[in-house]
Amino acid sequence: MSVKGILGLKVGMTQIFDPEGKVVPVTVVAVEPNVVSQIRTVDNDGYSAAQLAFDDISVYRLNRPEQGHLAKAGVQPKRYLREVEIEAGSTVAVGDEFGPDLFKEGEKLRVTGISKGKGFAGGVKRYHFHGGDQTHGSMVHRKPQSGGATDAARTFKGTRKPGHMGDETVTQTGLRVVQVDTDRHIILIKGAVPGANGGLLLLRKPARAEKVKVRVETVRSSKKK
Amino acid sequence: MAVTANVIRDIEMAQKREDVPAFRGGDTLRVHVKVIEGGKERIQIFEGVALSRHGAGIRDTVLVRKVTNGVGVERTFLVHSPRLDKIEVMRRGRVRRAKLYYLRNLSGKAARIKEDRNGRFSRERKTDSEAK
Repeated sequence: MSVKGILGLKVGMTQIFDPEGKVVPVTVVAVEPNVVSQIRTVDNDGYSAAQLAFDDISVYRLNRPEQGHLAKAGVQPKRYLREVEIEAGSTVAVGDEFGPDLFKEGEKLRVTGISKGKGFAGGVKRYHFHGGDQTHGSMVHRKPQSGGATDAARTFKGTRKPGHMGDETVTQTGLRVVQVDTDRHIILIKGAVPGANGGLLLLRKPARAEKVKVRVETVRSSKKK
Repeated sequence: MAVTANVIRDIEMAQKREDVPAFRGGDTLRVHVKVIEGGKERIQIFEGVALSRHGAGIRDTVLVRKVTNGVGVERTFLVHSPRLDKIEVMRRGRVRRAKLYYLRNLSGKAARIKEDRNGRFSRERKTDSEAK
């Protein structure tokens, strides 16, 4: 009985001391219990998934169809509904609850969130263009300069130019769980995760199984003298 | 939001040490550092003048300067680090600034700091536990 991911809210960042006394930067994620509100099956929907309901709110914040959907599943009113994959070989039923203990300390995970919106950003900020000289009579400080080839008489698709930046779905992979606190319903993740404080996060198991590091003794063919 | 930023405060408070004495820039400190050497742990003492105190809460650090064999040595310690065995205040300094970086350019008699005997310069100070 298990799902491959869970919903949480980004609380913010802080630091903790690890057992060696070293400082570890961590992001605190609040993971109140996620309740399964619907099961997607191959027969019915063409794919398999579990729908998780997360974050308690007043019933009046939901419209009638949302209220009816959750009432049918017998789930208290929740703000967010998201689908996650079901672990192969296990079954999940409506009403099952998942908390931060889905993850173990030291386990790797990937975190999806909505990045902070930066508005209409120039090429220097958005694509790390170098920009021009600030001095020496330069009148080109942060302008984009060449827009590409002139022979083509058009601008190629995907050419990097100023435009809207941020406020997009970002997945950060390779993060590691530092601490799981089931009493306070929080997970501490090493490093930063996408989005502003209070934003919705989807914490998922890694896409691939973690590589087990095996130290292979390499035999050197010849010793150099 | 069901959970507030108080969670972060709780996490930080839980890691703060209760045994940190009150001190400020100008005080002479003896810092007992736990050092792991050859699989063994021992205590190393670093004694010098606190040049500055930086940060607050769990991020609180102190910059300690001493002169060894004519060479100035400065180390920054995390005040609440579990790597520290303890911090002793050897002498209260009578100084009128919080950051004493000017001491780096002074040596010998000029680098002396008068002792704050009557606590005039440390009267307003509180320990972290009292500040709560």
